[in-house]
Amino acid sequence: MRPFSLETADDLAEALRLGAQENAAGAHVRAPMQYLAGGTNLLDLMKLDVMRPERLVNINGLQRQYGMIEADGAGLTLGALARMSAVADDPVVRRDYRVLSDALRLAASQQLRNMASLAGNVLQRTRCNYFRDTSWGACNKREPGSGCAAMEGVNRRLAVLGVSDRCIANYPGDFANALAALGAEVTVLDGAGGTRTLPFEELHRLPGDTPHIETNLKPGELITGFRVPAGPWTRRSLYLKIRDRESFDFALTSAAVALDLGDDGTVREARIGIGGLVAKPWRSHEAEAALRGRRLDEASAAEAAEAAFADAVVHSETAFKPELGRRTLVRALLEAARLTI
Amino acid sequence: MDVLLTVNGQQHRLDLDIRVTLLDALRERLGLTGTKKGCDQGQCGACTVLVGGRRVLSCFILAATVDGEVTTIEGLAGEGDPLHPMQQAFLDCDAFQCGYCTPGQILSAIACVQEGHAESEDEIHEYMSGNLCRCAAYPKIVEAVQRAKPLMQVQAKESD
Repeated sequence: MRPFSLETADDLAEALRLGAQENAAGAHVRAPMQYLAGGTNLLDLMKLDVMRPERLVNINGLQRQYGMIEADGAGLTLGALARMSAVADDPVVRRDYRVLSDALRLAASQQLRNMASLAGNVLQRTRCNYFRDTSWGACNKREPGSGCAAMEGVNRRLAVLGVSDRCIANYPGDFANALAALGAEVTVLDGAGGTRTLPFEELHRLPGDTPHIETNLKPGELITGFRVPAGPWTRRSLYLKIRDRESFDFALTSAAVALDLGDDGTVREARIGIGGLVAKPWRSHEAEAALRGRRLDEASAAEAAEAAFADAVVHSETAFKPELGRRTLVRALLEAARLTI
Repeated sequence: MDVLLTVNGQQHRLDLDIRVTLLDALRERLGLTGTKKGCDQGQCGACTVLVGGRRVLSCFILAATVDGEVTTIEGLAGEGDPLHPMQQAFLDCDAFQCGYCTPGQILSAIACVQEGHAESEDEIHEYMSGNLCRCAAYPKIVEAVQRAKPLMQVQAKESD
């Protein structure tokens, strides 16, 4: 690991003051300052020499202030520093926002979930081998302009939606797809102490020509929490994750679904997120539109899945993924429709 | 950097490079080699310890940022004392072959029971999935967790 300095922020003002000393342009993978929370992704990538921060600002002291899990009639408020395991096990989240609890519970291992913060989880970086292994020269995400070794390489686990001709890395997380599906918002503080709120769907960027800039966060900005609006669909919800291993693995495909069904099985509202094979956390508005007003059955679910994957782009090893993704979504929708709530 | 660590009830003041992980501090500086370094990448669970009673991976924690008391395999039973019920259960069930993953398995299993995530065989499988065993002693590890669970519950009641 390269040398770095470590500062500890015990309150928000101090964290922002330390963070505001950051002066790089954009939230670059190799930005010189990083906030340290659970550290499960950051320290991993620092050991691999993929991330090379010069300064870490330890914000774990802010957990008391930003570790909340609070539900009221209008929705659910989650603090950025709440730990994944705490939210996964929260009885209200499990009952009223099952898809969030599922997505967290099916991610990582209990040790990692005990450590990782929600915001850190959301901001985790791709598992693309060519990004994580610095012995490969070509990675546009790690070394802008260097090319993409994955295009013609080992790309079975990479993305088929949202990709560009510069990068086919997939976003590996689960929870973020559920947040996107439920139309959550992110609260962000800037260095001057100002607050801004943005739709969760706008937090991450598509790779396009700049895959090394992964989010719309500005240098030094700090996520303080997430707000999930209540809705009649959040209870009839689940997260289905398909993996090579039965547990403790990243998704090949996944689906976050939430349904509001009429008495006759007609879809009043559907919220659909897709994971494992997309460049960023993903909500499929196309699949939702295909279901609205339809009776939920295998045929309508299959049409929604067609809509979700209409723009899929496959590479040498990913031809199987759109079909696996469609089947994952169909199964998730049919299982959600059968839930007793 | 001056770092204060409380490990198995004992306070230690160490002068550490800022980059030293809790895992390396335990093994290289405190001589507590029961905690194992497997992958050093958060993927195997061999380095599992308890911090403040919660199971975590010591390879992903900077020693300088540890917040809470650390419990390692060496701290489960004092010299001459009976073994912790989970340690005894691993012996009784023959829940290991090479033994390299065992300290991490035992710490993880203790937390698994204490969290209330050992209610069924399936749940034990799921909540122990962060601890890999290359010898594949998994069936016996599950058996050991099931055997230790009621004994731990009795012990917890007695200490109330």
